[in-house]
Parts: sequence; structure tokens; C-alpha cells
Amino acid sequence: MSNLSISRRDILKTLAVSAAGGSVLQVIPAKAAEFAHQSVHNEKSSAAGKYAPKYFSPHQYEMLTNLCDTIIPKDEKSGGAVEAGAPEFIDLLTSENDEFQLVLGGGLMWLDNACQDRYSANFPDCTPEQRKQILDLIAFRKNAKQDHSLSQGVAFFAFLRKFTCDGFYTSKIGIADLQYIGNTSLSEFPGCPPLPQT
Amino acid sequence: MAQVIRSPKTYDVCIVGSGAGGGTAAKILTEGGLNVVLLEAGPAVNPDKDYKMLMWPYELPHRGVGVGGKQAQDFGEFLAPNGSWNIEGEPYTSAPGANFKWFRSRIVGGRTNHWGRIALRFAPIDFRSKTRDGLGDDWPISYEDLSPYYDKVESYIGVFGTKENVSSAPDGIFLPPPKPRCTDLLFKKACDKLGIICIPARLAILTRSVNGRLPCHYCGQCGRGCVTASNFSSSQVMIPPAMKTGKLTMITGAMAREVVLGKDGKAEGVVYIEKGTRAEKRVNARAVVLAASACESARLLLNSKSAQFPNGLANSSGTVGRYLTDSVGSDGWGIVPALEKMPPHNHDGVGGMHMYIPWWKFDRKNDFPRGYHIEIGGGREMPSVGMFDDLCDDEEGYGVTLKRRARQTYGTSIGMSGRGEMIPNPDTYCEIDPNVVDKWGIPVLRFHFKWTDYELRQAQDMQETFRAVIEAAGGEYKAKTAIDGQYPFGIQEGGKIIHEVGTARMGADPKASVLNSFCQTHDVKNLFVVDGAPLVTNPDKNPTLTIMALSWRASEYLLGEAQKGNLS
Repeated sequence: MSNLSISRRDILKTLAVSAAGGSVLQVIPAKAAEFAHQSVHNEKSSAAGKYAPKYFSPHQYEMLTNLCDTIIPKDEKSGGAVEAGAPEFIDLLTSENDEFQLVLGGGLMWLDNACQDRYSANFPDCTPEQRKQILDLIAFRKNAKQDHSLSQGVAFFAFLRKFTCDGFYTSKIGIADLQYIGNTSLSEFPGCPPLPQT
Repeated sequence: MAQVIRSPKTYDVCIVGSGAGGGTAAKILTEGGLNVVLLEAGPAVNPDKDYKMLMWPYELPHRGVGVGGKQAQDFGEFLAPNGSWNIEGEPYTSAPGANFKWFRSRIVGGRTNHWGRIALRFAPIDFRSKTRDGLGDDWPISYEDLSPYYDKVESYIGVFGTKENVSSAPDGIFLPPPKPRCTDLLFKKACDKLGIICIPARLAILTRSVNGRLPCHYCGQCGRGCVTASNFSSSQVMIPPAMKTGKLTMITGAMAREVVLGKDGKAEGVVYIEKGTRAEKRVNARAVVLAASACESARLLLNSKSAQFPNGLANSSGTVGRYLTDSVGSDGWGIVPALEKMPPHNHDGVGGMHMYIPWWKFDRKNDFPRGYHIEIGGGREMPSVGMFDDLCDDEEGYGVTLKRRARQTYGTSIGMSGRGEMIPNPDTYCEIDPNVVDKWGIPVLRFHFKWTDYELRQAQDMQETFRAVIEAAGGEYKAKTAIDGQYPFGIQEGGKIIHEVGTARMGADPKASVLNSFCQTHDVKNLFVVDGAPLVTNPDKNPTLTIMALSWRASEYLLGEAQKGNLS
């Protein structure tokens, strides 16, 4: 993780110092090094209080969190989508986008309704086995071909799966999980390490 | 009627637009000693604040896709500022079925702040198109006329590449190229098997220091804009030396409305809207140089009507807005499992391709005219929103299985973008929409656009090549493109490649062209156009380098005319 946490400010400072004498164009104002992140670190910090959802009701947000955790759980290598802040990211964008509100807000209600029909309980109140059963049905397109009543659920889950991946793989945890190395300053590009023998 | 506030001063030259063409003209003309006023419709750019170089996606609450995820369609929040398909209050329209897309960037430097930096020379044969195959028109200049200006532009802005002696892709004055990425090595090996030429790319990015600009630091993010100006943008490389002469007056937030014609038949100045106050203002100049982008300059000419030019200024030929083309664009991608074996490593490199396929089938008969090149991408790029969409569709399911598949396939995809030459056709042009004005009261453009079989067959050939190369690399071709419908073979909507040119083309015949070979209008001697509008053809080479070479050449000519006293 340490290679991921070199701050942008440090790199800009280095670049500004190396440019100080040289540039005849003076394209690098001295303030470059002082430019700090004005951005918001929206990853969950342990000190942060409970997140107040902007769009989803508390009940729906609990469902969303549960689903994100199921889609990308913690494993032996890294934390899961919830730890990576995926539910907050999804809630923020959904609060700003009518289309997402329909697909996700409506989709969560569809899921509750489907659980009521099958198990006489809302999704969060179902047993882990029941939750797995319904998710296994809506996680694959082929199931909707056999049972058309599942098609809306399949579409909803496909959308949420992508959204969860977006939230996870753009987080610090997700980027480390993929072992992406870069977004830094190099004096030379090293090129490709030796290709494995094929 | 709004009162026009006149500036008492008369400048030597008024330039409209500060992108590739306008920035080049500003540099050459001010360094030549002329007093220049430059009208820019957007604000100034401040690289420190405006460029999001080296930021992580999680440093922005919207992770790069903007409010409601809607900025993704404009290439995301990380793109250098103000580029958009839709500018609030400044619309354009499309005739039924045309569906034209117009990407504009209102800011000093324009689209050069974020452009792809691909800097390819047109080839000698590209200037003799009609002679070659009877289609379109020949240019009034030859490669030899422009070659010294390519030299000047490349030497000044810095372009990396290698001498290859490929006739469709002339060599230039190059800095050394960056080392290939793993994806390039595999791709090149596959190309070699198939007899396809694959060579180091030519990009306007410094691999060595040039004129005090630092060399690239290989963060792979040129599109965000570069705080160290290690790649070319007009705002950082053309405008600063012009400013340094003390002869450039830059007016930002100035939306040009009309070029004013004097009683003597010469351009007198430009009327513009000061966006901050909505006041109409005017600058006077002995010469006017339009560089607002091909379509914006055409719009300005068409909106500049007078008794002498009822159909628009310098439009006695009726060709302003005609001969519009964009590049033929079709994309594809595949998964190459050999890449799974690569250890984690820094794959960033420069912000763009390290290698590419120039047009290689110039030595044989093809079932479409002209040619295309292929750009290469993919590999272990910085994760971003949307990166795993295809994996999700393929794998479905959820849980640890999905997570492991993402880990395993990350960095194994190779993307390809085919970019080819469109032949101008009578159904593709822009004109003034009779019913719509923008919020400044200026009539807007209406686009007409149509691909023909020439372009569709080219897109089909691109798709076949993409598949062949991926399969030769031992991979699986994944892109799914429909073979019918309005956009078969993955061909993009008109305008989507952002290479729209040709709307005030140059030519020897004043009845069939707007400009002479020095980008000077046939009709009005002190009026020039130096953006993408003068281009007679739109070969498979991204137009920016040629725009700069033409602008440099036109500006030297203008300078000579001014020194001879021929302007006023």
C-alpha cells in the first residue's frame, strides 16, 4: 500500500523544483507545489460517523449495503466493496440521476416484492439461504430466459453489479487489489518486463 | 438594437480562437512584430488548478464520472477542462437522421488542452487524391510545400517517433520514442505474423527536454492536461511566447458574432459578445484570422452577411460549410490471456499509444478508397469507472468468484481504434439553422451527415483486421458490432472522432473553394482561416499537426504581406 500513498502534492513539488531553473515558458507557476488536494477523500475512515444516505431510505440503503457486500466480499487478499465505500458512491450518483433512481430504487423494491412472494419476508428479513437462492436466480441472464418473471430482477442486478465494481475498483482498496502500479512520476519509462515464455 | 462599443484602437491582426491554429498564428504573427488581438470564447486556463494530473479516482467524490455519472460521456472529470458534446446555452442542431456530434472546448488552448497528441504528417499522395482515384479533389499545394512547415512545427512542439520509410506515413523530425509496453510487444508480434506494419507512434509528447519544457514523467495522463507542459497544448506552448512579445492582447470570454466588412471590401474587424456582461463589442484590425475550429469558423462566415456577401462572408463560391468530413472511426477489443502471466508493473507510459499500425495496404487493391490507421491501447491501465463492465456481462454471478476473475483478467485486454479517411459527399455539410439562436443571440449550426459505402466498407475492414490481430496474438476478440443498421461495423456517429474539417477548403478555383493555398479567402484579401476548415481531404492522419503546419505557413505569408503593405 505504501507505493499507493505517495501524495500528489509530493510529486508536484518534485516536478516544480526540477522545473524551477529551466522553463523559458514559465508554464509552471511556483504555486504548483503548494496546490493541495481540494478533493474529498470519500473512502470510509474509521473515525467517520454513520453515513446518512442522500437518496435511499434507511431500509433500502441497508439492502444496498448488503448486496454490495455480496457482490464484492472481503476475501483473503483484500477488503470488500462496503469497506471500499461503494454504497456511498452508488448513493451519491443515484441521488443525482433519475435513471439510476428508477433502476436501483425500483430494483430494490422489486427484490423485496419478489422475496415477499417467495418467502413472505422482505429481502433483509430472509434467511441467508433464501437470499442466496433469489440472488442466484437474478445473477444470470439464462434464468430469465426460463422464467420471464425474473427479467427485471436480472436487469437490476446486472446494473448493480457493474456499479459495485465501479465503486470498488476505483477505491484505494480495489486499486491495490488489482496491483495497479503507476500514477506517479518516473524519469524513464521502464518498458515491459521480460515476457513470460509461451 | 444593442449599442456597439467600439475600441478606438486598430490592431494589425484579430485572431478568433486560441487552439492549435490560432495559437500558432498568434506566436508567428507577434514574433514577427505585429500587434495582435486574440478573441477566445472561453476563460483562461490555469494548469495548477484546472489539470487533474496525478489524482486518484477516489480523490473525487464522483470517482471521475461527474454528477450523476453524466460526465462520463464527455470523457470524464479528469479530462482537461471545458470539453463537451453539449455546451449549455450554445446548442447546435442536426437534420433528421444526421445525428452529428460536435465536441467543443471553450477555453484558452481549446481542444489542445486534452487532445490525443497524435501528430502524423499527411503523405505526399494525400495531397493528390483526385489524381489518385478520381474522388474528391486535389490540394492546391503539395507535400513539398508543407514539408518545411511540418519540420518547423515538429522541431518546436516536440514529437517522438522513428524513421521508418513507410510511404503512407512520412517520417518527421523526431525525439526518441518511449519503450514499448507489454501490450505493444504482443501486438507487434501478431502483426509481424500477419505482415502488418506496426511501428512506434508519433505523439507530441517530450521524451527529452525542449525549449526548457521538462520531459515527460510517464504518468500516462496527457488527456488531463500536463502541469509541466511536457506535451503539446496551445495554451502552454504557443500562447506563452506570443504573450512574451508584449504584442498579444488576449480577450477571454469573447464570443465572436460577425466579421465586419468595410466599404472597401476588406474585413475591418470583429463584433463579439462579452460573455460576462452580454455587451456587444467590436475590435478593429487590418487583417482577420479565423481559427475558431472548422465548423465554428464556417458559422462565423455564414453569419457575417452583407450586401456584397448575402450568403455569408467570403462565400461567393457557396462552399462555406460544405465538404465537411470527420474520420471514419470503429473500435474493437480483445482479451489476450498471455498477459495474465505478466507480473504487476508500471504500464502507464505516455498518455497515449506507444506503437500503432500506419496504413499498410497502400500497395494493393482494396474494396474501399484510401486507408486507415490503428491505434493500440489497453493493458494495466489505472482502474476507472466502467473498466469491468464487460467482465460483469461475461462472467455474471457475484462474490469471490467475480473478484478473482477481475484480478485475473485485469490488464489483459487490448483495445484498437481504427481511424480512416472519409470522402466528402454532398449530403454532409453544415449550415445556419434558420430557427435557432444560442443564448448570445447568434444563429447556430445545423449539421447534415451521411456515411457512404466507402466508409462502411472501411469500417468492416477495420473490424476484420482487429479480429485477425487479436487472434494471431492468441487472444479472443470480444467486441460485438452489428453488421447492419445505421451504424454497421461499429462505425461511429459523424463527429464522434472529433476530426471535423473541410468547411472552408482551399483550392485553386475560387468558384469551388473558399481559400487560396495560403488560407487567404479568395473574396476578401485580408481574411484568413487557419483551423481545420482549409483541409481539402481528411486522410487517416489526425489533423492537428497539419492544422499547425498550415497555420504557420499562412501566418508567414500574412506577415510578408503586412510587411509589403498589402494588408491596408
